[in-house]
Amino acid sequence: MSITKATRDSYGEALVKLADSGKDLIVLDADLAAATKTGIFKKAYPDKHIDCGIAEANMMGIAAGIATTGKLVFASSFAMFAAGRAFEIVRNSIGYPHLNVKIGATHAGISVGEDGATHQCNEDIALMRTIPGMTIINPADDVEAKAAVFAAAEHIGPVYMRFGRLAVPVFNDESTYKFQLGKGIELKNGSDITIIATGLMVNEAIEAEKVLSSKGISARVINIHTIKPIDRDIIIKAAKETGKIVTCEEHSVIGGLGSAVCDVVCEEYPVPVYKIGVNDTFGKSGPAKDLLKEFGLSSENIVNTVLKVLGK
Amino acid sequence: MDAVLKKELEVLATKVRMGVIEATYNAKSGHPGGSLSIADTLTYLYFRRMNVDPKNPKKADRDRLVLSKGHTSPALYSVLANRGYFPVDELKTFRHIDSRLQGHPEMKKIPGVDMTTGSLGQGISAACGMALSGKLSNEAYKVYAILGDGELQEGQVWEAAMFAAHMQLDNLVAVVDNNNLQIDGKITEVCSPYPIDEKFEAFGWHVININAHNFDEIENAFFEAEKVAGKPVAIIQKSIKGKGISFMEDKAAWHGTAPNEEQYNQAMAELQAHLEELDK
Repeated sequence: MSITKATRDSYGEALVKLADSGKDLIVLDADLAAATKTGIFKKAYPDKHIDCGIAEANMMGIAAGIATTGKLVFASSFAMFAAGRAFEIVRNSIGYPHLNVKIGATHAGISVGEDGATHQCNEDIALMRTIPGMTIINPADDVEAKAAVFAAAEHIGPVYMRFGRLAVPVFNDESTYKFQLGKGIELKNGSDITIIATGLMVNEAIEAEKVLSSKGISARVINIHTIKPIDRDIIIKAAKETGKIVTCEEHSVIGGLGSAVCDVVCEEYPVPVYKIGVNDTFGKSGPAKDLLKEFGLSSENIVNTVLKVLGK
Repeated sequence: MDAVLKKELEVLATKVRMGVIEATYNAKSGHPGGSLSIADTLTYLYFRRMNVDPKNPKKADRDRLVLSKGHTSPALYSVLANRGYFPVDELKTFRHIDSRLQGHPEMKKIPGVDMTTGSLGQGISAACGMALSGKLSNEAYKVYAILGDGELQEGQVWEAAMFAAHMQLDNLVAVVDNNNLQIDGKITEVCSPYPIDEKFEAFGWHVININAHNFDEIENAFFEAEKVAGKPVAIIQKSIKGKGISFMEDKAAWHGTAPNEEQYNQAMAELQAHLEELDK
């Protein structure tokens, strides 16, 4: 059994490491410090952590105001409220003036689990993609999530970071892992089809590839951690060399990774793209792992989709 | 306030009003009514109160101003131009396609604009962030936010009001421009925010009520605000929408309508006459 960890924990720990490394940062939360894990930072740096109360719109505006004074600021809440409730403040007060605000959005997707549809945000990537100049990172595991926080801190401009509540396998090796903003990672070469995945679906894609390989299918696996700006080259290359693409994301099939991949291949090298994601429906309560299976966010569904696409 | 200074400010405010008319007339759009109601306060702040330097608009220790009622950008632009941030003549390019004078304030393009605003309710939150940042690093600068009375209908304003009092942001002064009118009519008929002073008091603010068109009262209010410790300050200014132009005063129709040529000529003539009167 591999080690598992929720990327929200990685977020909280990375904030502490960032401050330990000498970065002067302020972390905002909206009464969810225990859940978003900024509470870990609060414990280490109580004077640099500000709880704004249950008022996400105001928190985003405060973050914008702090950023105008030249300080590095992280604003944290659940994805539903950070990207959803506060969308227009993120657009007008952060995105339009291109302020240096880092948004740490946890509890993204249906793996929120028991809290159900009101809290399962499957729309945040779609919303954030429409804001000019917004960088969007959706890390796949603990190692990548921590690296993403450091990369976001170095980047000048608004960044939306998407983290999960569910503990997921840690498959990257910290000693060799390199995070490059805007660069996809080819995890496995292959020639019959390409599986492009993001977030917790990357590990499912890795597992699916093993099964496909045993059936004699050569599947390429690509991890897209930066959804905007997206790595066009790695996608075009895959389209040219494998001819078919399956995208996998814990997000609506409308406006997320799948749509971003389609935008690239439609313009550059049209090939069929099959999108695995939440199919234009709301989530529901239940254990996260059962929900992921039921909504087709599993290695089994990736395998079945690939077999169907290849007519096998 | 001594008579010479008061007259000087009245002259400046009249020039600021001329800039508002010039900008909206040339743009054939914009919001003259609410710009004219805050012209005196903005003139006082930028010429008498704020620590700013038009030659160094981004200097770190400057006082900041967030025009939360961002649609009244003509007033802010006119004050900034008259204060020397950019040529007064540039006001004629307001809202034009190649102009940096965007319809609503844009901090990255326009020297002297401290925050991008326009969507109501958001500026006060950014002002809270600036004030909080100053507190966290023990800086002495002040933050001023200008809100409309109709803007108080936005829930975000009260999120910010709660936060500012909780954090004891006594380096923050919010001016509520109470001209009693919004686009659809009287604020009492649309969705009344009254009693405004009692609401801010209940949220933990120090409240000062003034007449927006009396420089003695304006100055006294900001002097009083300076002395308040541990609380943010709300200055509720009773103002007249369209103040200074006879046919625009107290008319909701002048919220977002630009003067035509005839109206422009009349408005400028009235302001010119006022300048000459002050010169006597």
